[in-house]
Amino acid sequence: MHENAAMPRPVQKEPGPKRQVPHWMKKMFRQRFLYLLLLPGAIWAICFAYGPMAGLYMAFIDYQPGLGDFWSRFFSSEFVGFQWFKYFFAGQDFLIVLRNTLVSSTLTLAIGFVIPILIAISLNEVKNMAFKRVVQTVSYMPYFISWVIAANIFVTLLSADGLLNELLKSLGWIDESILFMQEGKLFWGIVAGANTWKDMGYNSIMYLAAIASLNPELFEAAKVDGAGRLRQIWNITLPLLKPTIVILLILQVGNLLNTAFDQYYLLGNSLNREYSDVIDTYAFRYGIQSGMLSYATAVGLFKSVVAFLMVLTVNGIARKLESNSLF
Amino acid sequence: MNARDKMLSWIGHALLYGFLILIFIVTFTPFWQILVLSINDGTDSLRGGFLLWPREFSFESYAAVFSNSEILNAAKLTALRTVIGAPLSVICIAMLAYSLSKRDLVGNRGITLFFIFTMYFSGGLIPTYMIVKSLGLIDNFLVFIFPGLINIFWMILVRTFMEGLPHEIEESAEIDGANDVQVFFRVILPVCTPVLATVGLFAAIYHWNAWYDSYIYTYKPELKTLQAVLVKILNQYQTGDMLTQAQQLANEAKKIPVTSESIRMAVTMVATLPIILMYPFLQKYFLKGMLLGAVKS
Repeated sequence: MHENAAMPRPVQKEPGPKRQVPHWMKKMFRQRFLYLLLLPGAIWAICFAYGPMAGLYMAFIDYQPGLGDFWSRFFSSEFVGFQWFKYFFAGQDFLIVLRNTLVSSTLTLAIGFVIPILIAISLNEVKNMAFKRVVQTVSYMPYFISWVIAANIFVTLLSADGLLNELLKSLGWIDESILFMQEGKLFWGIVAGANTWKDMGYNSIMYLAAIASLNPELFEAAKVDGAGRLRQIWNITLPLLKPTIVILLILQVGNLLNTAFDQYYLLGNSLNREYSDVIDTYAFRYGIQSGMLSYATAVGLFKSVVAFLMVLTVNGIARKLESNSLF
Repeated sequence: MNARDKMLSWIGHALLYGFLILIFIVTFTPFWQILVLSINDGTDSLRGGFLLWPREFSFESYAAVFSNSEILNAAKLTALRTVIGAPLSVICIAMLAYSLSKRDLVGNRGITLFFIFTMYFSGGLIPTYMIVKSLGLIDNFLVFIFPGLINIFWMILVRTFMEGLPHEIEESAEIDGANDVQVFFRVILPVCTPVLATVGLFAAIYHWNAWYDSYIYTYKPELKTLQAVLVKILNQYQTGDMLTQAQQLANEAKKIPVTSESIRMAVTMVATLPIILMYPFLQKYFLKGMLLGAVKS
């Protein structure tokens, strides 16, 4: 630690003009075993994180799929500039996939954000430990199963003779089964519900922990003053949770464009495609299934860049709020 | 307490417990429904109606699933990738975390940024596919191991834990002349068991649940994992293929009580069960790990 403070941070790895071996190089030699330990991670990052980033160049060339070596065709393909991006923005698909991405993730946020807070506050009020544990345990479960299993469960529950249709029929709300998965307009709601179902229990953990860390004396004092449980929640718990809530909310807003691929691909089908197609599934279909690799790369790159900028902005805001403690 | 307060308190409790019971029902019923459909007589299920308890018990669907070589092979393959992939991930993540936990490592800031950046920006689906292809990983078992080897979020979790360790434990080993690699394996790894168990469980779940790599990067039937087989069955169900794989299986079983639906439910259960069996361990470890991460981020 002490040495670090005295040492100027090396920007370049080339040896300096002095003939004497610089201090930091000696230090690097001493630390050679530490570099050895991070080697597997570095190789992984170069191959599977930075390699694909270099491959993004495909968005600016006219890459023709075919036999032969990827890299040689990669470098010999014709450079086309922003042609694929122009093609994407000019087409109708752009607005449709952007709408689907934004609407379904906003809906997920609207439904899925408040419920974990309610779960955490409710669980905190429960005095019966067995009941509390059972609800907690079961509510985390969906988080740990794959989207493949979740999608299988959802298409089963939502099928024409599935549990939900049976329930609605026996309540007398409908006479004919609703074809949930075939009715495109219902897709946004279904995917928002599925997202919420999968993550609500898990997301409540963060709030439960935040509540547990609150000073119990505050509640004691409120009790002495004659405040009931509801009053305590409203006047103590919620205001103290506000920083956590605001930070998590803006972080999630930053991720609005980062819809996961799995649920859209697995729950989507040709009948609801107009509503289920998001940027990722669109790129997947054009790239992997139709072989329009450069076009699909351009679509993916557009999303990556915008999503990255959104996350950066939002992280900046979050950090500012935290340091200014504006709450 | 006066009567009005009592009344309010009663309503409050009713709402509270009502809400939590609703959450319980909403999360539990779907799993229960799949279980019931998988152990109910397949043709009986076609009659429809509320099925919250099996009307006619039948384990024929499971018998058909477990006598199918493709699904058995897929289950074995999934178990194999989990057993090989998860420990390897844990070791590599821990090694990386240890060197990055050394704040006086020359270039630490830059190297850390190099790794953190991969959390926020990625090449996307197509370039990743092309890289995987050019590395010769298509139709190769190693495609299950390497692309998902490191998870930076888990690495930060482990690093945070390591930063909290007292320096004295390393110093005594260093005085004995051990180098950093020896210190890592002999001293650091053993004391990091709690956080490594958390990461190991997460990695095991990741491997058991992964479907995309097998679905996209492999063509050979013997390299299809359980989840990838399930995706195929789901796709066939969604597109309404006449002769689905599940139907084929049902035909092969030549038993009337088995239908493509009950087969699909049985496969879903088989894919879910290991996660449920791991659940007690998860309960114990993941909360701790998650909170560690929360403190940091």
